[in-house]
Amino acid sequence: MKFTKTLMATTALTMVAAAAGADDHMADELTIVSWGGAYSNSQQKAYHDPYMEKTGINIINDESSPEAVAKLRAMNEADNITWDVVDVVAADAIRLCDEGLAMEIDPDEHLADAPDGTSAEDDFGDLLVSDCFIPQIVYSTTAAYRPDLLPDGAPEPTSICAMFDTETYPGKRTLEKRPINNMEWALICDGVAKDDVYDVLATEEGQDQALAKLDTIKDDVIWWGAAAEPPQFLADGEVIMGTSYNGRWFSAIEEQDQPFEMLWDAQVFDLDGWIIPEGLPEDRLNRALDFIMFATDTQRLADQAAYISYGPARESSAPLVGKHAELGIEMGPHMPTAPENSENIFVYNYGFWADYRDDIDAKFQAWLAQ
Amino acid sequence: MAALTPIYQKPFWLVALSVGAFGGFFGLVVGTANGNGLLGLVVGALLMIALAWGYLNLLKNEGNARGITLAIGAVAGFSLGGLPGGIIGAIFGAVGGWLIYWVHEGRYRAFLPPYLTWFQVLWHYGFRVICALIFIFLITPILVVLPLSFNAENFFTFTPEMLRFDPEGYSLKHYRDFFSNSDWQRSFKNSLIIAPIATIISVSLGTLAAIGLSQAHVPGRRAIMAILISPMIVPLIISATGMFFFYSQIGNWMEGTLGLDKTFVGYVKVILAHAVLGIPFVIITVTATLVGFDRSLTRAAANMGADPVTTFFRVQMPLILPGVISGGLFAFITSFDEVVVVLFVGSASQKTLPWQMFTGLREQISPTILAVATILVAISIVLLTTVELLRRRSERLRGMSPG
Repeated sequence: MKFTKTLMATTALTMVAAAAGADDHMADELTIVSWGGAYSNSQQKAYHDPYMEKTGINIINDESSPEAVAKLRAMNEADNITWDVVDVVAADAIRLCDEGLAMEIDPDEHLADAPDGTSAEDDFGDLLVSDCFIPQIVYSTTAAYRPDLLPDGAPEPTSICAMFDTETYPGKRTLEKRPINNMEWALICDGVAKDDVYDVLATEEGQDQALAKLDTIKDDVIWWGAAAEPPQFLADGEVIMGTSYNGRWFSAIEEQDQPFEMLWDAQVFDLDGWIIPEGLPEDRLNRALDFIMFATDTQRLADQAAYISYGPARESSAPLVGKHAELGIEMGPHMPTAPENSENIFVYNYGFWADYRDDIDAKFQAWLAQ
Repeated sequence: MAALTPIYQKPFWLVALSVGAFGGFFGLVVGTANGNGLLGLVVGALLMIALAWGYLNLLKNEGNARGITLAIGAVAGFSLGGLPGGIIGAIFGAVGGWLIYWVHEGRYRAFLPPYLTWFQVLWHYGFRVICALIFIFLITPILVVLPLSFNAENFFTFTPEMLRFDPEGYSLKHYRDFFSNSDWQRSFKNSLIIAPIATIISVSLGTLAAIGLSQAHVPGRRAIMAILISPMIVPLIISATGMFFFYSQIGNWMEGTLGLDKTFVGYVKVILAHAVLGIPFVIITVTATLVGFDRSLTRAAANMGADPVTTFFRVQMPLILPGVISGGLFAFITSFDEVVVVLFVGSASQKTLPWQMFTGLREQISPTILAVATILVAISIVLLTTVELLRRRSERLRGMSPG
């Protein structure tokens, strides 16, 4: 039977080809988990490519950071940890550290000193918010708007409270589908002083007050889950303003030429960085530590800022931040930490959200479903 | 086809009703797009009725009338929506002009049997309209993806340039990105490794199981069948969670005790998981084909001295091949489209195309996904066509099919 023979020959060929294909990956590997998009791209260029060139180790990207906590728990339970280095926000790092899922790092032993001899611990300073967390960047959650979609005669928004002012700025806006940041902004725009926000938010009445303020714009809000959505909504003209990470806005405005304007008012700083999962076998652990040492030194952190507008976490990296690698524009003024952008910042309280997150999350979700 | 029924002119109210409905519907769509649906509906209906009345009573020349309607549609569309609007308007005008005479002359009856009542005639055409609407409903989401994948911008948006058919608005950059980006290439390669091997395993095991289970003497065959088909019925997320823990243990054993390479073990796990998902499809299609298989052929083969293996490959297999192939296709598509199980069982080295598309959608919303989707649609069409042609050819060679 000719056909049967052809079939079997194809089968054999596929097997051989597949085995050959699989062979390529069998060199030394490092699986690095991150967020994808423009952010992973900046890491690829600033850290991964030079590291692969230097060591010959093959880096595999896994864009699973959004579910890193849940997946690390499952991997730990199944005793099957497939990740070597994981990029998470500071709050997740604190949780993972508390649960014993992330390895404790000794800054003096595992991290490189600054070129001028300052110890890593002093160079990162206050940003070392957890024993397991190696800070990488300072980013901010902030607002942007489309000037061309504002009604005629409306002044350019200068305050985050424009988000809650549907009379002057009618139209849809997009906010992240979680209470963090939204609750704080709602209170600020409801007349609560910045310093009192977390005291108020700790009370039942304060939480209700924030939700009541959000209730006034609920019909006008499109809630986003992934940070890539707000630029898409704004580009489509589906919304007139929204919040996202400052790097996403930078990429849309400067790299994609979208007609957006930044609204830095009341931007919320947050940290993002690496953790190493607990319980890696010896050889993989050494590779992960070697990568961390390389990727978080002064020069590498400054390099990343050439691809995305997030501030490097080391003090010694700041003077080295230069121009965008492809566009050639100065990156300094686009950093969330630049003086003209940080005139009015809001400081995120890790301790508060670690304690209250579950309660307020439940309340917020119930309010959303009403 | 010759006309079945003599036709005669219809009263004007019928023409007015049909073309009014047609114009009204189109007017409603245009009106809604421009902010006033009701006004559009009324204007569209009245315009079409007025045109019909004018043509039938004053102009009395069908060719001219249809030309004029087409021109009016094109000009009106162009003034509202530029070149694309003009084209849509011209199509509308052409159809409208044709409709006026089609109804007026009673041509719609010409090819239908003369004994049909007016309701049956209405249903005859209404049925076709409903079918067309369902078809549009099914195919539009896929068709929308095609032009967007040529977007010159990095967003899922029809830009003004695209709507004007300006070449500036189109580009192949998302296709270039797919072919040059190492993440996409790696995941494409992984899909091409995993899906065929998983298919081969599913087809071999599934065919054997179907043949075995079709023997009357197998005890408990219904229960066995139910268990084998269960991966298709159990919600995927449940199977995936179970598989994650199950294959983690197997993987640890293979790495620890057998000392196999981590990446290789990763592939084995994903391939086995996908094979499990594909087996039910093969069993079902092959079982269905076996119903029409004549058992006396195997007895005849045995009678002539062929052993069971020879009988299988030379008698049974060729006859049930169509079922095996379509089962294999289903198994292939299952593996090729699968995202849930691979997210659980695989690690990043086994990232497949659907996984890459999933993360791409969540983190980036890049039209590269649309370019990939377009390529996959094209590949699927080519694949299905080829298999169907091959199947017909082999049937024809065997003299099994009358056509």
